[in-house]
Amino acid sequence: MLIASLLVASFVIFGAMYLAPGNPISALSGGRSLPPDSIRVLEARYHLNDPFFTQYWYWLTGALHGNLGISIVLRENVSTLIASRIWTTAGLVLYASLLILVAGIGLGVLAGLRPGILDTSALVVSAISAAIPAFVAAIVLIIVFAVKLGWLPAFGNGAGLLDEIKHFTLPAVALAISSMAIVARVTRASVREESVREHVQTAISRGLPRRHVIRRHVLRNAAIPITTVSGITIASLIAVAAVVEVAFGLNGLGAYLVQSAQSKDLAVVQGISLVLVTAFVLVNVAVDVLYSLLDPRVALGTRAQ
Amino acid sequence: MSSAPVASTDVVIGRSRRPLPIVTLLRATGPVGIASAVVIAAATFIAAFGWLLAPYDANLTNLTNTFVGPTGGHLLGFDVQGRDVLSRLLAGAWTSMLGPLAVVGICITVGTVLAVTAAWRRGATDAVVSSGLDVLFAFPAILLAVLAAAVFGAGLLAASIAIAIAYTPYVARVLRGAALRERSRPYVAALEVQGASATTICLRHLVPNIMPLIVAQATILFGYAMVDLAAISYLGLGVQPPNANWGVMIAENQSGILEGTTLPALSAGIAIVVVVVAFNLLGERLFENTRKGR
Repeated sequence: MLIASLLVASFVIFGAMYLAPGNPISALSGGRSLPPDSIRVLEARYHLNDPFFTQYWYWLTGALHGNLGISIVLRENVSTLIASRIWTTAGLVLYASLLILVAGIGLGVLAGLRPGILDTSALVVSAISAAIPAFVAAIVLIIVFAVKLGWLPAFGNGAGLLDEIKHFTLPAVALAISSMAIVARVTRASVREESVREHVQTAISRGLPRRHVIRRHVLRNAAIPITTVSGITIASLIAVAAVVEVAFGLNGLGAYLVQSAQSKDLAVVQGISLVLVTAFVLVNVAVDVLYSLLDPRVALGTRAQ
Repeated sequence: MSSAPVASTDVVIGRSRRPLPIVTLLRATGPVGIASAVVIAAATFIAAFGWLLAPYDANLTNLTNTFVGPTGGHLLGFDVQGRDVLSRLLAGAWTSMLGPLAVVGICITVGTVLAVTAAWRRGATDAVVSSGLDVLFAFPAILLAVLAAAVFGAGLLAASIAIAIAYTPYVARVLRGAALRERSRPYVAALEVQGASATTICLRHLVPNIMPLIVAQATILFGYAMVDLAAISYLGLGVQPPNANWGVMIAENQSGILEGTTLPALSAGIAIVVVVVAFNLLGERLFENTRKGR
């Protein structure tokens, strides 16, 4: 299923670019007219006269060997260009995921176990936060923490570990904020649901320590919906990272993808799309594996609803 | 033939006694749901008539007014090109709401047709539809929209279609489950025995019965589509300047933030958040009601 998904996805990505209007020769030459000899050389080098499926095969086998073609704008290997930017995106997504898992689940459990004023205010705040798009969060964070307070930088990647963490903090928060709210809401709801169930009430009435009941009976059962929603939201960060990278001027894959889409640098668009789709599918597979570990009733390949 | 007049009086009686189904659905969502519906209605009104309500020409540039703050006649001040921010906000509601409407229209229609067909036919049709949708799950909406912009050029139409395609599997998965449940209920078998055709049963009975779920899905997805389309326009791949749009406004006026002029970008951001919160809250409540009703 994983391989089939990726194969079809790669086919769609390649097919879309193949259908793109415009002559590849003029794209390669930058619009200048070339002598027939050079056209013939280019056609041979890029297999332009081969049938569609042959071209797809060349591209796919090349991609599997790490060869994604050449950027027509920067005249460099796409894989080199991707490799120099991939860690920015990976770091950003990991940082944001960490925030979602720690703060989102933490706040959700807290609100779920303690009904009252904290819980009510958490519900209101999370309902609004869940609706804040990453780029709106970005401008609000820049206004408050970069311009008004001057605590954190609003632009660029930074150099050195500490400086990088500083530069990535606002982007990661912007990226995480709506997912954090969604995860917190689902966590709260499932903790609340589990804590009134019979086996939990029985455990409490038997006099088991509260900590033990929460860990073994409430959280263990609530973990399944929490994993579902965390997995879905974390996977979605991979694409949304593009927006945050543009907002904060980070030199990542997503920002480069947008730039290449604007300049019609199709080899780069293909390459980055392939990398992002692969990452997206792999995260989903990882979540599926996690399910079968959490809930032995779930067989691999099926998803708990 | 003789049943025709009976059926028509039935409709007349039904209409006079029961309020419209949409009113019943809304009433059941409680005060929060109704308040959200009011916000949505207001946003829709502004989307349709915002260009008439706008106090100034939304595209009238005057570079001497760049990032000038609020003054008497200009409540929200001026933007990066010295245009009135309030007017751009009102005029921009049109593209900001139209895109999500197109997305929801496409993905709900296609998703419903696929889901009902798969649930009705079951077997091989279901397997083909379901595995086709599984492949589509591999594409995040924003990525698909960026791909569409690379191939077809930047624009609201290409982005809306791309996002609608990315949402379709989510719609179809939920509705397929609901349609399967309906399919196995006795009334469907009874209608089949009476000789009603599959199309009639689906269109007249099955789809109306899952309609509350369809409406709930459409409401939630409108909010998501608004966020994703605004993001695409913010990235410069959706609505093209100088056309007014909330996502475009944030991108255009981001440079003002570093100079201390926050209103032009922030007001567009707030507009998006208010509308999306309204759609989310209403959608959540509609969903809860479908669960209770089951």
